[in-house]
Amino acid sequence: MRFQLTEDQRALQAGVRELLDRRFGAEALRAAVDEPGLDRALWRELGAAGFFALRLPEADGGVGLGLPEAVLAFEEAGRALLPGPLTATHLAAGSVPGAATGETVVTAPDGGLVEWLAWADVVLGDADGAVPLRSLDPLTPLHRVAHQGEADPLAVLLAAAEQLGTATRACELAVQHARTREQFGQPVGAFQAVKHLCADMLVRAETARAAVYAAAVTEDPADIAAARLLADEAAVRGTRDCLQVHGGMGFTWECEVHLHLKRAWARSQRGGGITESEEVLAADLVA
Amino acid sequence: MDLTYTPEEEEFRARLRRWLGEVLPKLPPAPAPSDWPARRAYDLGWQRMLHDAGYADVHWDASPTTRLIYLEETERAGAPYVGANFVGLLHAGPTIAAEGTPEQRSRWLPPILRGEEVWCQGFSEPGAGSDLAALRTRAWRDGDAYVVTGSKIWTSHAEVADWCELLVRTDPEAPRHRGITWLAMPMDAPGVTVRPLRTLAGSTEFAEVFLDEVRVPIANRVGAENDGWRVTMVTLSFERGTAFVGEVVACRRVLGELAAEARKNGRWDDPVLRRRLGRLNAEFRALWRLTQWNVSEASAGGVPGVGGSVFKLRYSHARQELYDAAADVLGPGALDLDRPWVLDRLSSLSYTIAAGTSQIQRNIVAERILGLPKGK
Repeated sequence: MRFQLTEDQRALQAGVRELLDRRFGAEALRAAVDEPGLDRALWRELGAAGFFALRLPEADGGVGLGLPEAVLAFEEAGRALLPGPLTATHLAAGSVPGAATGETVVTAPDGGLVEWLAWADVVLGDADGAVPLRSLDPLTPLHRVAHQGEADPLAVLLAAAEQLGTATRACELAVQHARTREQFGQPVGAFQAVKHLCADMLVRAETARAAVYAAAVTEDPADIAAARLLADEAAVRGTRDCLQVHGGMGFTWECEVHLHLKRAWARSQRGGGITESEEVLAADLVA
Repeated sequence: MDLTYTPEEEEFRARLRRWLGEVLPKLPPAPAPSDWPARRAYDLGWQRMLHDAGYADVHWDASPTTRLIYLEETERAGAPYVGANFVGLLHAGPTIAAEGTPEQRSRWLPPILRGEEVWCQGFSEPGAGSDLAALRTRAWRDGDAYVVTGSKIWTSHAEVADWCELLVRTDPEAPRHRGITWLAMPMDAPGVTVRPLRTLAGSTEFAEVFLDEVRVPIANRVGAENDGWRVTMVTLSFERGTAFVGEVVACRRVLGELAAEARKNGRWDDPVLRRRLGRLNAEFRALWRLTQWNVSEASAGGVPGVGGSVFKLRYSHARQELYDAAADVLGPGALDLDRPWVLDRLSSLSYTIAAGTSQIQRNIVAERILGLPKGK
């Protein structure tokens, strides 16, 4: 047993992070919020880097890696707040022409919502009668659809991976702020009340990490449901605590914390309800 | 990321499982919790069996993964716990192994491994709990001995221990962490008084130990005089990573039993309870994976990683949640001390306090892992 990242997995993680830092850094994020839209050039660049074709066999022009590697890439996407229907396009690689290379943007309804409908080239699943809504997350345009649909376990796990990235990022942002912001003559992070918020953020993120990575290895439905619950909790509570640590600044549009929280809320709607995952895990106890 | 075990590890597991299958049915029934001499004999007897079968030093020499398998399998099979051997095997023994002289190692280690001597721990004091370095039990040199006066608290197995790993203050003028010395004190020395302490669960697993001019030979000092804090820290990180393996396995079994009981008594029809148990399933699955993660990290790096505090914070809380859920399953039975899980619920209250309160653990995580500054 060696439940740690391999050298190759670390390199992949660093590579994706470097690409996203370069192509979707703080300025690009700001610009995307001001003018929502899908950056087709970035999408093709992701395709060229193998983001969508990661799990496709090499014989089919893919990278030939597995679910653990996909989870690491999606964790980085979550961390960077990368917009777009990443999961649907990734899962369509190999079956929808052009998805693997990032030429074709694919979306799919999930949990009564469909994201990026107006920008997508292909919609997989039943999006009949889709009605646009004013999306709470400025980086995720949404339509409502009548059809609830079945949750794809892989989509659930990839969403959990993105939530994990968000949880980790939220903890980092909170710690950065707590180290530098001074009140009463010392960094606010020297106060235990703030310190303990940050510690709890890390504990939730690291517990979720173990669950998400393990589910990527086993692909067991109960493991995936567990990963989803813990990653949702780590992301949603983590971003809220991050906002709290930022104080008044956290409540502003300018500070990026609200974008992480809103995305965490948006993702937690995916993959069926929370209660569904809880029921899967309850049923597993008496199986 | 690999969750499969090597052929050697699987072979170790199979051999251990076979052995447990042979010996456990032949064990005498466990003694009553209040019968300390019988518990001592039982726990030492079990250690002797482990020793004779070649498993005595699994906590010391084995790789972290072998240790994980050992703890997982013994828990699954319902083998006795480490019990009275705890301090010897997991605290005092490893300290002596790491810091003791050859004479000290050959005097104290074999009896621990053979199940012949029991150790207890004299660290905490009434005035030194979370702030251990505030300890005030004094030791003066007098000829070839230290003369020790003071008191210790939360000492497990003190009534039946042969030895006590004792922290004393040898230099009250030095900075707090630099005036402490580690001594091996014989519990039958004149001046040692043990007074059992009753916990809220009604049991007497802890004791207070009063020391009145107890003479401890200087030869019983492990490490240099005034270097006891460092000597102790070597041990405190020893069991991180695998410390709670057996307990997580046990919690997952209890969770399954709770679900079965809820199905039997009808509570399972309540979706709120059902989902509560589902969430606990997620929790303990994750804690098991976190254990495997930490053990793998320890195997790779040799030293236990930062995961220990993260794990302890999450696990101690989860254990309390588990037994609160048990109360929900039991309904009025939750007030019946003779029902299963009721005493465990009471014991679980100590988990967020013992071995570093959750508040201290959060400080450790925030300062040592996240790098937040210490307060003024």
